[in-house]
Amino acid sequence: MNIVVCVKYVPDAQGDRGFESDRTTDREGVDGLLSELDEYAVEEALKIVEAGEGEVTVLTMGPDDAATAIKKSLQMGAHQGVHVLDEAIAGSDAVATSLVLAEAVRKCGEVDLVLTGLASTDGVMSVVPAMLAERLGLPQVTFASELTVDGGHVRIRRDNESFSETVEADLPAVVSVTDQINEPRYPSFKGIMAAKRKPVQTWSLADLGVDPSQVGLDAAWARVEETQARPPREAGEVVTDEGQGGEALADFLAGRRLA
Amino acid sequence: MSEVLVLVDHVDGDVRKTTAEMLTVARRLGEPSAVFVGQGYAAAKEALARYGAAKVYVADDAVYTDHLVAPVAELLADLVARTSPAAVLVASTNDAKEVAGRLAIKTGSGLITDAVDIESADGGLRVTKSVFAGSYTVAAQVGTGTPIITVKPNSIPAQESAATPAEETVTTEVSEAARAARVTSRTAKEKSGRPSLTEAAIVVSGGRGTGGDFGPVETFADALGAAVGASRAAVDAGWYPHSHQVGQTGVSVSPQLYVAAGISGAIQHRAGMQTSKTIVAVNKDAEAPIFELVDFGVVGDLFTILPQAADKVQQNKG
Repeated sequence: MNIVVCVKYVPDAQGDRGFESDRTTDREGVDGLLSELDEYAVEEALKIVEAGEGEVTVLTMGPDDAATAIKKSLQMGAHQGVHVLDEAIAGSDAVATSLVLAEAVRKCGEVDLVLTGLASTDGVMSVVPAMLAERLGLPQVTFASELTVDGGHVRIRRDNESFSETVEADLPAVVSVTDQINEPRYPSFKGIMAAKRKPVQTWSLADLGVDPSQVGLDAAWARVEETQARPPREAGEVVTDEGQGGEALADFLAGRRLA
Repeated sequence: MSEVLVLVDHVDGDVRKTTAEMLTVARRLGEPSAVFVGQGYAAAKEALARYGAAKVYVADDAVYTDHLVAPVAELLADLVARTSPAAVLVASTNDAKEVAGRLAIKTGSGLITDAVDIESADGGLRVTKSVFAGSYTVAAQVGTGTPIITVKPNSIPAQESAATPAEETVTTEVSEAARAARVTSRTAKEKSGRPSLTEAAIVVSGGRGTGGDFGPVETFADALGAAVGASRAAVDAGWYPHSHQVGQTGVSVSPQLYVAAGISGAIQHRAGMQTSKTIVAVNKDAEAPIFELVDFGVVGDLFTILPQAADKVQQNKG
């Protein structure tokens, strides 16, 4: 079983996130890390190969620092890394991202399963897995809260507000997993040491046969025209309950015609 | 005037509020054409007409709902090729966002997710959305192809404008590839009798501070006619179902009133509620970050404050 896990290097949500002058996400001014939601995909890949056999390749695209995301995944236990690194990639939208990832997955050779998280914690669009499936012509089996892989077949539970669904497909397939699926492991000391010796390949767009004019900010099919920091909410009234706190709350709501 | 395709968000013909919101904004941008996929059109018909659908494409073949996402993307791609619409609008649900993603690739079109407003501008569409956990508002524009936009529920007030829609049943060739992921069971979730989280005008959420007892949260929610939400901590502890989780990895809500009870206000929770119009919190810890966001806050025990507030709300109604 060969599994490719697509991961993203994102600005830490605890930091002060913002934009560059070209209105792309600022990836320099804020510490970055492996998108938390991708840890669930790495964990699920490791569980699958540990229960059987196979290799986990972790794939990312992004600037030099994106190697951090690969390193963390290797420390968790992934076998090898691929970093698509090319200046032309900066500012790519979801459409271009899916193009680069699809070509990189193809270059990985025989792949049974492409795993992703449910969204990145910066863009939060949740569309790249579906786009990847579309581009690769593979079954899309997404938002898995439970995943079973056996005999060349994949089955998931997919929950939404109104339904819980079972979705099945034959491998190879593109599967995204939610944060309900498992509890990602922390890298062990042994894992951290072992990661230093694991192979990481760096591929350029030329290696993938992707024309640089198809990616990056200038090629984006949708672009941000304007960004504005939301004015901080004006500090409201905070009272300490001395027996009448509930009534004060109800009165506030009545005053605003909310109750 | 160009058509604007609106993918109807519904459950067995029960049209969700987001559909009315999308039809309302579609009327500003062109001539709204609803695309109804699945069973139950008879039940949906009246609502679509009431919110001004000039046309309805009905695709009720089981092939569209027996397989995940891909067949609906093919259907919309056919309709886009046929009608050259000014835009395609879908709801910001998991399913519809994924349809939009595939449609963008198929039609060579730009995609913008989670719009809170859309206006015509400079020969295109100006789309407003909120990013980075509500800390920024951005305006974006699609420069290539047909603008494909997912619309965040509860952002655009729905307005009625009666029409008599022309109806057309559509069937399209669905490729083998699009049938590859099969939906083999679909179980409706139990209905709580409360409004749905994304559509509710008021949401009352509980967190770690409930200690696992959501009784006071539900009582206060019912006094206000509100939906019940939960923080990730409460869901991870198994105190409330995941489908009620408000935050980055759960549901993103934007109600008129959001009440956070026993929720500290971590960034990942704020990402799902920061755009609420009025925010109220009850927390024992006066230092909890949630108090930085509130219009009104009470420092104290939610187990005494919420029942007292519920009683007072009932009295005021009486």
